[in-house]
Amino acid sequence: MSVGIQKWECVVKIGEIAIALRTDNQRFLEALSQRYAGFHSSSQPDVVLDFDLTDNGPVSDDDVRVRRDGKDWLFERGDFQARWDPLTGRGLVRQNPNPYALDSVLRILHSLVLTARGGFLLHAASAICDGQAYLFSGVSGAGKTTIARLAPDSVTLLTDEISYVRPNPAGYLAHGTPFAGELAKAGENAVAPVSALFFLEKGPDNRVDDLPSAEAVRRLMRNILFFAEDRELVEKLLATACNFVEKVPVRRLTFYPDSRVWDEIRNFESVPIHA
Amino acid sequence: MPETYITRSSAIAARMLAGEMMVMNSMDSTFFTLNEVATAIWQAADGRTPLREIVRSQVCEQFDIDADQAQTDAEQFVSELSQHGILLVSDQPIPTTRAPEAR
Repeated sequence: MSVGIQKWECVVKIGEIAIALRTDNQRFLEALSQRYAGFHSSSQPDVVLDFDLTDNGPVSDDDVRVRRDGKDWLFERGDFQARWDPLTGRGLVRQNPNPYALDSVLRILHSLVLTARGGFLLHAASAICDGQAYLFSGVSGAGKTTIARLAPDSVTLLTDEISYVRPNPAGYLAHGTPFAGELAKAGENAVAPVSALFFLEKGPDNRVDDLPSAEAVRRLMRNILFFAEDRELVEKLLATACNFVEKVPVRRLTFYPDSRVWDEIRNFESVPIHA
Repeated sequence: MPETYITRSSAIAARMLAGEMMVMNSMDSTFFTLNEVATAIWQAADGRTPLREIVRSQVCEQFDIDADQAQTDAEQFVSELSQHGILLVSDQPIPTTRAPEAR
């Protein structure tokens, strides 16, 4: 006689990748359903992750390690271990129930899938203004959350922390993500063509400056979320970064933190050929 | 004086953009942008040609740079990239299985 174990599932779709999250712990499922509300999907999942929950524990400060083990990828940090087979899409995650561990697993998984598809996750706020997506990247404290807070009501906030960028035939698209920063608020589940990437700096007034191509690539690479020690993927990522810089205007946006910065953004004229 | 031989590490990714070579180490994500002269040395780093010969044929002749100065600069460049695992250096020719090409 077999004893069945009840499994609950919800499918979370960020960008074009639907991930089924399966657990036998109903409370955990409820918690992650709330966390990723707005990103639930009825799509056939591309990836299925089964969860094996351990006891409660703190969020780990350890570095993430992402490496290949045969055909599988292994992700490890103090508070989670995950094994994922990219061919079947199936994976097993052993973690404590803290949601930050799950956020990290999802970010790693998305970064791997996106990199292979010519996209990336970027440390950046992003928002849709007049049908165009703008990305705002920079070091911690540069103003990602500030820009998001200053956005007028007509602007759709995609995220204040982690932007999802993928290629399409005309250039690149930015999707909303549930990965929140200081705003502690998930982005909208929306998508728009990327009109520009701004690297933020706070200053006494608002101005937009060109960045040389190599500097644009250097800054972009520094802010892309990427964990794997894998030459093939790094090559792919570098090619993607160069392609992005060739197709999308990348600028330095110095801004004084008040709402007028959004006039500067709204008035930005896209110049598709980079300096 | 012993010769120096250089080759590109197999752990790096490289890409040309707008005339500049971008090089990244996949193991620690260090990122470098090479100028024209450095790119010429980088591209000639085949593990078989001595650095002195690379400097003579790829740097002095193409960029009209003083030989002694070019050699000093090249040695500094090679030392820096080798410390980051991007170039491999030896006093013997280095057998290579695959030197990554920039596209």
